[in-house]
Amino acid sequence: MTAVLNAIMNIIEIPMRFAQRRLGLRRIAWVFLLPNLILFGIFAFLPVILNVIYALTGTDQVMLNDRTFVGFDNFITLATCTNHLDPNTCTQDLFWRAIYNSLWFVTLQVGFMVGLSLVTAIVLNGKIRARGFFRSVFFFPVLLSPVVVALIWKWILQREGLLNAGMDAFGLTPYNWLLDRNWAFIWSIFLSVWAHMGFYTLILLAGLQAIPRDVYDAALMDAATPFRTFRRITLPLLMPTMIVVLLLALIKGVQTFDEVYAFTGGGPGSATTFIIQYIYETGFAGTPRLFGLAAAASILLAIVLIGLTLIQLSVTRNKADG
Amino acid sequence: MDKRNLKWTGAALASVIALWAGSAAADDIRFMCAADGNECATLEALFARYEKDNPGTHVVIDVVGYKAILENLPVQLAGGTGPDMALVTDFGGLAKYFLDLTPYVDANYWNTNFGNTLRWSRTGPDDKGIYGMNIQLTITGAYINKTLFEQAGVAVPGEKATWDEWAEASRQVAKATGVPFPMAMDRSGHRIAGPAISNGAKIFDDAGNPILVDAPFADFMGKFVNWNKDGTMAKDVWAGIGGTSYQDAAQEFINAQLVFYYSGSWQVQRLDKAIGDSFDWEVVGSPCGPAACSGMPGGSGLVGFKQTKNPEAVAKLINYIAQKDNYAEFIGKTRNVPAHEGVAKEGVAYTDASQNVAKALKGWNAQIAKLSPIAYSYQGYKNSRTMYNITVQRVTQAIVGEMSIDEAMEKAKQDVEAAIQSAGK
Repeated sequence: MTAVLNAIMNIIEIPMRFAQRRLGLRRIAWVFLLPNLILFGIFAFLPVILNVIYALTGTDQVMLNDRTFVGFDNFITLATCTNHLDPNTCTQDLFWRAIYNSLWFVTLQVGFMVGLSLVTAIVLNGKIRARGFFRSVFFFPVLLSPVVVALIWKWILQREGLLNAGMDAFGLTPYNWLLDRNWAFIWSIFLSVWAHMGFYTLILLAGLQAIPRDVYDAALMDAATPFRTFRRITLPLLMPTMIVVLLLALIKGVQTFDEVYAFTGGGPGSATTFIIQYIYETGFAGTPRLFGLAAAASILLAIVLIGLTLIQLSVTRNKADG
Repeated sequence: MDKRNLKWTGAALASVIALWAGSAAADDIRFMCAADGNECATLEALFARYEKDNPGTHVVIDVVGYKAILENLPVQLAGGTGPDMALVTDFGGLAKYFLDLTPYVDANYWNTNFGNTLRWSRTGPDDKGIYGMNIQLTITGAYINKTLFEQAGVAVPGEKATWDEWAEASRQVAKATGVPFPMAMDRSGHRIAGPAISNGAKIFDDAGNPILVDAPFADFMGKFVNWNKDGTMAKDVWAGIGGTSYQDAAQEFINAQLVFYYSGSWQVQRLDKAIGDSFDWEVVGSPCGPAACSGMPGGSGLVGFKQTKNPEAVAKLINYIAQKDNYAEFIGKTRNVPAHEGVAKEGVAYTDASQNVAKALKGWNAQIAKLSPIAYSYQGYKNSRTMYNITVQRVTQAIVGEMSIDEAMEKAKQDVEAAIQSAGK
């Protein structure tokens, strides 16, 4: 084995020695950086440029030389509505439905996610029996693949699923949860919160454990009630961590796709179609493949995500500065 | 560098050179295949026989999901990285990439035997090329659970029965037997096109421009939406999923929870295998409307792509499968309806087919004559898949109450216009 490695090193050594002799020590550093720069350029920078080019060009052709320049037409098509509050009046009604669905989803999902994570973190930070076990239980869904999460809940909620079987056993009328637009939306939020809550709980738990014990001891000496202690000590000291959690959950919420797509396929109708699914279906699953429209929608999404990321960076920096 | 290291270095260099040379010399034909039944495996066996007789040819089969054929293959072909040949269903959409086999095959033989379906893979009326063949002809239509009809004491509607008569009979059977679903139709724009055409939908205007929505089309879609709402149709199939995703109801039929299942001839093998002796089922084809009793034709086509580096080898391989004996063997083993007219005329020996399968295939063969010319034109139209997807999207939205059927049809019209503008007529 060592001999094989030596042989490989010997082969690599020849061009390296030659390059170092020709370029000198300062320039050889760039040679070492080059593979990473090339990979970053190809897989991160180039797609961004291509995305912008696609957004400014039309037709269903994938090759750039077959596409025609249309300027901001794709953005205008996305934005054209008689009444923006009624998606049916929009040229791309499915885009607006996806926008509204995403807005509702993010608002409700992030609210529940942060609230429940906070409660769970506080409970898990207390002196409860089998604390380690419960910490693992809440974190376990985070380890599951989104498709597995979706399939588990689909089996529970489908017409002949576990929930309906249970309801039937208790004499209740079974209900087709995933055929009802409102219920499908509510269950999508539930599934998403269930799958990711453990991650945010863990961050908040770390934040809670970082609060100095002596502050609580002082509150105890002042006979502060538990609620007052929470409101005056825990919450303010946990706030920086809370904001980071809130922003991370917001970014993740806007990006929601895989688990809900595997869960409901965006249905019934377009009740659980979110913005990423719209982009995917417009660009790849539908016919004709409207790459330009999909690229334009993804640029709009990127602007929202960049905004949220900048806020998050600023908050994190402020927190680090003290 | 000591002697031992030198030996290893030499061996490593030799291996790298050998690998590089080997990959450069490879002359494989890559074939992308997706199928419901045993089509890929049967083709593999036929290819193996061809390889034995033609040692220079080696076929590499990539068996993929049907979704990959629909979504990935067009992007690969557009990017010039597609396979050499594939089993496709979207003839119109992919026609521009097809390899013309004319220089390598007996055009007369092909035109005589595949005349009806060759035009599906042509780019227009002036195109006389030969681009591949339908490895089977599929026809959409219905299956019924005959045992349920007998148990309910309801007479099976006759050959000329209308959709309304079938709906009424299916409702009666479901009610009498306690079965949850009277009817179901696969979630597909292709499946629902046949009933719409039977209802009088023209799909194209007099000048041949695609219109999709006209009064008979909207009328049938309205009926279908109402059937989903009142429980005549299994709502789970169309409303249970979003976007334009395909979903069938075969499992409900297999589980004897469904009286009338509108799908197609390709399900025969699956139903036979899964149902066995559990209950009696039979093919009843397409119910009638005022204009016809038509389903939709279709099927997978074995085609080569012009970006292949081995056009002659690809053409010869496809031509080998197209030969009467090989084609008949393929159809017999896969239990399909032949698109090869010579084979159809002589009849197919369905290898080890059960009585049920033989009867079902006979039933499907009888449906061919009922297919409307509009159905053939629609299936062969290059943007047909776009129009199928629009139908699924908009009709589903009407079923779940996101818009009225009138709004859905208006949106469908606008979608067709926009799509044709993007993709060209």
